[in-house]
Amino acid sequence: MAVGDEPLSTAAPMADRRIVAGVVALAVVAVVIGGAFAGLLAEAGRNPGGAVDAFDGYLFRIVRFTLWQAVLSTLLSVAPAILVARAISRHPRFPGRAMLLRLFAVPLALPAIVAALGVLALYGRAGLFAGLLSDISQTGWPGIYGLSGILVAHVFFNLPLATRLFLETLEAVPADQWRLSAQLGMTARTTLRVVEWPAMRAGLPGIAGLVFMLCVTSFTIVLMLGGGPGATTLEVAIYQSLRFDFDPARAVTLTLVQILLTVLVFAALARLGAVVAGDANLPVSSRRFATATVPEAAVNALLIGVAFLFVAGPMAATVVAGLRADLVRIAGEEAFCAALVTSLVLASISAVGSVLLSLALVKARRALEIRDRGAVSLLQRLAGNGATLVLVVPPIVIGAGWFVLLRHSGSVFAAAPVMVAAVNAIMAMPFAVRAIRPAHDAASHRHDRLCQQLGIRGLVRLRLIDWPVLRRPLATAFAFAMALSLGDLGVIALFGSDSVQTLPYLLYSRMASYRTSDAAGIALILGLLCLALVMAADRLGRQPG
Amino acid sequence: MRCTILTTSIALALLAGPVQAAGKLTVYTYESFTAEWGPGPIVEKAFEETCGCDIEFVSVADGVALLNRLKLEGAATEADIVLGLDTNLTYEARQTGLFAPHGVDLSSVDVPGGWSDDTFVPFDYGYFAVVYDTETVSEPPASLHDLVEGDPAVKIAIQDPRTSTPGLGLLLWMKAVYGDDAADAWAKLKDRVLTVTPGWSEAYGLFTGGEAQMVLSYTTSPAYHRIAEDNDRYAAASFAEGHYLQIEVAGITEKGAANPLAKEFIAFMTGPGFQDAIPETNWMFPAGKTSKPLNPVFDELVKPAKTLIIDAETVAGNRKAWIDEWLSVMSR
Repeated sequence: MAVGDEPLSTAAPMADRRIVAGVVALAVVAVVIGGAFAGLLAEAGRNPGGAVDAFDGYLFRIVRFTLWQAVLSTLLSVAPAILVARAISRHPRFPGRAMLLRLFAVPLALPAIVAALGVLALYGRAGLFAGLLSDISQTGWPGIYGLSGILVAHVFFNLPLATRLFLETLEAVPADQWRLSAQLGMTARTTLRVVEWPAMRAGLPGIAGLVFMLCVTSFTIVLMLGGGPGATTLEVAIYQSLRFDFDPARAVTLTLVQILLTVLVFAALARLGAVVAGDANLPVSSRRFATATVPEAAVNALLIGVAFLFVAGPMAATVVAGLRADLVRIAGEEAFCAALVTSLVLASISAVGSVLLSLALVKARRALEIRDRGAVSLLQRLAGNGATLVLVVPPIVIGAGWFVLLRHSGSVFAAAPVMVAAVNAIMAMPFAVRAIRPAHDAASHRHDRLCQQLGIRGLVRLRLIDWPVLRRPLATAFAFAMALSLGDLGVIALFGSDSVQTLPYLLYSRMASYRTSDAAGIALILGLLCLALVMAADRLGRQPG
Repeated sequence: MRCTILTTSIALALLAGPVQAAGKLTVYTYESFTAEWGPGPIVEKAFEETCGCDIEFVSVADGVALLNRLKLEGAATEADIVLGLDTNLTYEARQTGLFAPHGVDLSSVDVPGGWSDDTFVPFDYGYFAVVYDTETVSEPPASLHDLVEGDPAVKIAIQDPRTSTPGLGLLLWMKAVYGDDAADAWAKLKDRVLTVTPGWSEAYGLFTGGEAQMVLSYTTSPAYHRIAEDNDRYAAASFAEGHYLQIEVAGITEKGAANPLAKEFIAFMTGPGFQDAIPETNWMFPAGKTSKPLNPVFDELVKPAKTLIIDAETVAGNRKAWIDEWLSVMSR
């Protein structure tokens, strides 16, 4: 039984099928991204000079700033998230735990402008803490504009996300390991070293990579809180190149630079990771044993409390601003109803697509891992992290590229909703993959051989073996994907947006026509909607029994 | 409930794609024009009553996206009319060769400085202005010079000229007033700039949220607050050097030249049926006669001592260099 993960020969077709599904998922991603690039490159052919001109002092400066802010933001989000996730995991039952985790999914659904205004409502020049901070600094509080503002907003977005994902890696630790550590009387420190840290470390490159990508591509936050054009990211430059001077060659070049930077950072991050040996035994203990001592519990409570306040603060500001709006009137408006329904329909389609694609990739990566026995092939890399690089392809690039491809087909109008759903599904994949993979791979370690020995496969295996284990992570992935799609502004600036007026769209267009308080009301509703979705996903994912 | 009916219809629409209306006239415009509180719905109704035809609006994000879309579609564009370019974009729009002469009598067009273009016809205009909060700014700047030299503790939120039309407007305003010394002026103004936002909405949100005491907007902004919110807290500062003008125009495409409705629409656009909708939906000044006088609030707004504008060709030729100059000063 000690012969690693060698597959039994009868199962070979099964593994192949999983790999084929993964290849199909990769192909979908490749078509969406490749199509966009093809479109822009075709257009760039007319004026290819922009590709060379892109490499100037300006590019060098913004690359430096982009990396600097993204690395700092990632550090400040991920390091505390490890502590907070562990603290939460040490206490499987405390009042408000479930609600806390649900709240942690909400920032993802907030449009950047809402989050920025929420953060400023606390730490801005006229923020809630401005008086206090002025007294401390003895001078007028200048607000958090500059690098500090960017960092605070990025941590607000990413700390809760990373916390949830680290928690996911901890929950995938087999129950027997917890039992054993309790039986052996391990201290918190030893448990951390032997059980918890290896599990989190395995997830670290992926989670840090995801946060890094989100920060690298930051646009509104960076400009709005950065205090001036000294704070400019590549994403801003890409957007700029597709605006006043429509220069696709430059846009494509800058996007490739952005992808290359991210690949380099991924490579560096991969060194931090670890591969955990899976546990091939069936779990015999039902649940873990909480063993936190009183001092440890106090530290954990403090950690969780601080994280909660930090995340809840700007959200509370959003709620307060939203309650000032005439919510009843807004909710009764036809445009609102239409946007709500459009958002829900598009987000559901995106989320289903995203979860299916992600599951296919996760299964394929695991199947390849088994097949290749330790050697990491390119395909496995692509199925692992490669597909997630899609996050650093700016929406405006995808939108403009596809518009170029479709412009003469006469189906531009019909394509707009399809584009939004497809792009949202793909953009949410990195999140869904992170949520699904730990549980899936752990289950694969435990069940694959047994299923093969017993000849359980296909739908029967799905129903009896995989579904009970994957139910909760799949629901989490679904909720994340849906929340992300709900908050997304879409890629259709050129397409004509009449058929895809989503809630964030409505929010922005209210703001653009002075209706700030309506916009605040819509932001509140958007946040509540996301919370409701996450609660529904929790219910759906609850383990039976 | 209405929502359920809508659910079904929207779900169907999303599946099937929008049904192509038996449209006779296709107008490309920007989103806030066709929003339900924008001028689009009123204009559509008024024109359809007179022509017995069908207008189809296609709305993209903003004026710049409008031009980009047109460039990409080229001669195959479906647009008969493109409505919503501003004077900074007309030069490039003309260069595309996609526009035909409008052939419409311009006598009822009324914009500052007059208008005689044979391709584009104005439908509204506005002046950029620094709008301030009367509760926190006791001495508003009386000139651009005052703005540049003033107390750095009183902050202004501005927009980024790389991404935003008003942002570009301020850049041109500074250029029109300071000329070659604009870089030095920006270096001084920099200390008063709270932050540079990607678009108008973010800056205005910071302003109404109390973060910035001033914001770059339009002379007409206070009119919205007074008319729609009965709130006179916000006012525009009148600048001695004059205010930079933005004129929004429409043009007939080569395709539209073959459609008699296009010319009819442009002529209609200069009259009261269209112009009546502009002041209190687009919050700009009408570029033609309205059927009744504007709300008196509009008469109380800042009347620029002088109208500043740089011609479209000069803007197109220098925009990149001017933005680079701005960047190097502001990034220091």
